[in-house]
Amino acid sequence: MLTAVAVGVLMAAAAGLQLVRERTAALSNQHEETLYLTSGKALRAITIGYAALAADVYWIRAIQHFGGKHVGRTSDFPLLYPLLDLTTTLDPHFSIAYRFGSIFLGEPSPGGAGRPDLAIALLQKGIREMPDKWEYVVDIGFVHYWWRHDFVEAAAWFERASHLPKAPSWLPSMAATTLARGGDRASSRRMWEALRESADNDWLRGSADRALMQLRALDEMDQLQQVVNRMAANGGAFRITGQVAQINGRVIVDPTGVPYEVDTAGRVHLGKQSTLAPLPTQAGSQNAPVS
Amino acid sequence: MTAVPWIAVNVFRESIRDKVFYNLVAFAILLMGASYLIGQLTAGQDVKMIKDLGLAATSVFGLFIAIFIGIGLVSKEVERRSIYSLLAKPVDRYQIVLGKYAGLVLTIGVNVAIMTVALYAVLAYMQWALGVGSSEAPVLDPALLKALGLTFIELCLVTALALFFSTFSTPLLSAALTFGFFVAGRLSNDLRNFDDVMQSSAGGRVAQAVYWVLPHLEAFNVRAQVVHGQPVPVAYLAMTAAYGVLYIAALLVPAAVIFSRRDFK
Repeated sequence: MLTAVAVGVLMAAAAGLQLVRERTAALSNQHEETLYLTSGKALRAITIGYAALAADVYWIRAIQHFGGKHVGRTSDFPLLYPLLDLTTTLDPHFSIAYRFGSIFLGEPSPGGAGRPDLAIALLQKGIREMPDKWEYVVDIGFVHYWWRHDFVEAAAWFERASHLPKAPSWLPSMAATTLARGGDRASSRRMWEALRESADNDWLRGSADRALMQLRALDEMDQLQQVVNRMAANGGAFRITGQVAQINGRVIVDPTGVPYEVDTAGRVHLGKQSTLAPLPTQAGSQNAPVS
Repeated sequence: MTAVPWIAVNVFRESIRDKVFYNLVAFAILLMGASYLIGQLTAGQDVKMIKDLGLAATSVFGLFIAIFIGIGLVSKEVERRSIYSLLAKPVDRYQIVLGKYAGLVLTIGVNVAIMTVALYAVLAYMQWALGVGSSEAPVLDPALLKALGLTFIELCLVTALALFFSTFSTPLLSAALTFGFFVAGRLSNDLRNFDDVMQSSAGGRVAQAVYWVLPHLEAFNVRAQVVHGQPVPVAYLAMTAAYGVLYIAALLVPAAVIFSRRDFK
């Protein structure tokens, strides 16, 4: 009993001292995140048969790196590709890592790393490992379509994917539409819906949902702008209340529930609190295929 | 041969007395803790990671038992001088070696069996209580048993290695040699193509010879295939298991011979 009390007191004292030190004498914690091992082959040898478990660790690190930077509003993801590359070298069938990379490596800052070339490189590595995986081929087309705005190349990849086993029946028509009308909002929506359908995890689904909400917001803003313009032309039945768009007393909100705003010049835009910003057509964004 | 099961049961009882099965508590805590934490860290890869973790932990925990208990099977008897009372009984020396080996294999078998049940229990909990699923393979995939079965045979092989080394060397050296052979066995595939990168043809031939002599432990590792829902043919399982049995026999025969000729005075 005495021993237990002594251990309890000593442990409590140690924890208390730790707390005091952290509050009063903390060392600077600013350091660059580092990858000590960059060779997947070397890492594979070191793990002596437990490579899949090591891949899981690197996957968690990739998520933490990406998520941490997102929370910290930093748009630089220098380790995202090396971490995903290591993950997929350790476990070449780690499907989510390729698909995660295709979205977040390709997406421009601040949402992603802005490196469509690396996104394509990662997906091509996946295709070398699993040549029949039509999803990776579609994802390469998607990177060309969405981030490189190369609709001819995108259509070629969709066409290639359509010949693979188990490819969905809508792929040939998507290839044709992309070639004919690449870049319009309807085909962009179709693309994201297709990605959402084939997504096998919440991150990809979430990314597709957000893009679809952005497209919906663009449609709604166009309609709202027409209403605002009409009302302004008719002598101002429309009013601005603290910049929040209201029509007939009803606050108009975007798909996330944040009210649209109308500036003094009568231009409709997203509310400052909206998580949908920046929209694909807004200045500074490279996501320009929507018209 | 009736002495073999008798010795085996005693080794098993001794492992219970030595609290070897405490590792199961660590395994259970690891899996339960991971099943709670992983869902928040892995972006929907919960099932894959629990399977990876459970299968790898079964192998690692078993490896520790195989090496650290295996090297002590003979040497502990010698150190405690209990070997003399054992040798005084009407038991052949080879029976002692086989009995000791069978006892540790029984211990590892029970260990792996309980870990298998625990892994399936955690996966069942994740499926029914947390509602997680997997697109690659069923959550409660019976194919996991293929990976666990081969892991068990691999552990039996490592146990045979530890026992073999312990019949003629010190416990510390036996542990080092067994672990060294384990690592080399896991990396033996790299030796096969050494002659492509070596300038000396003799060096290449030596590497080839070493490749065929070392145990091919990586062949017993089908964990990634099983987790990703890839096929592991029955023919592969049968041939790998048969290879393991032959290799174990090839280790136990010299172990029994060395032990039979050893002078304990």
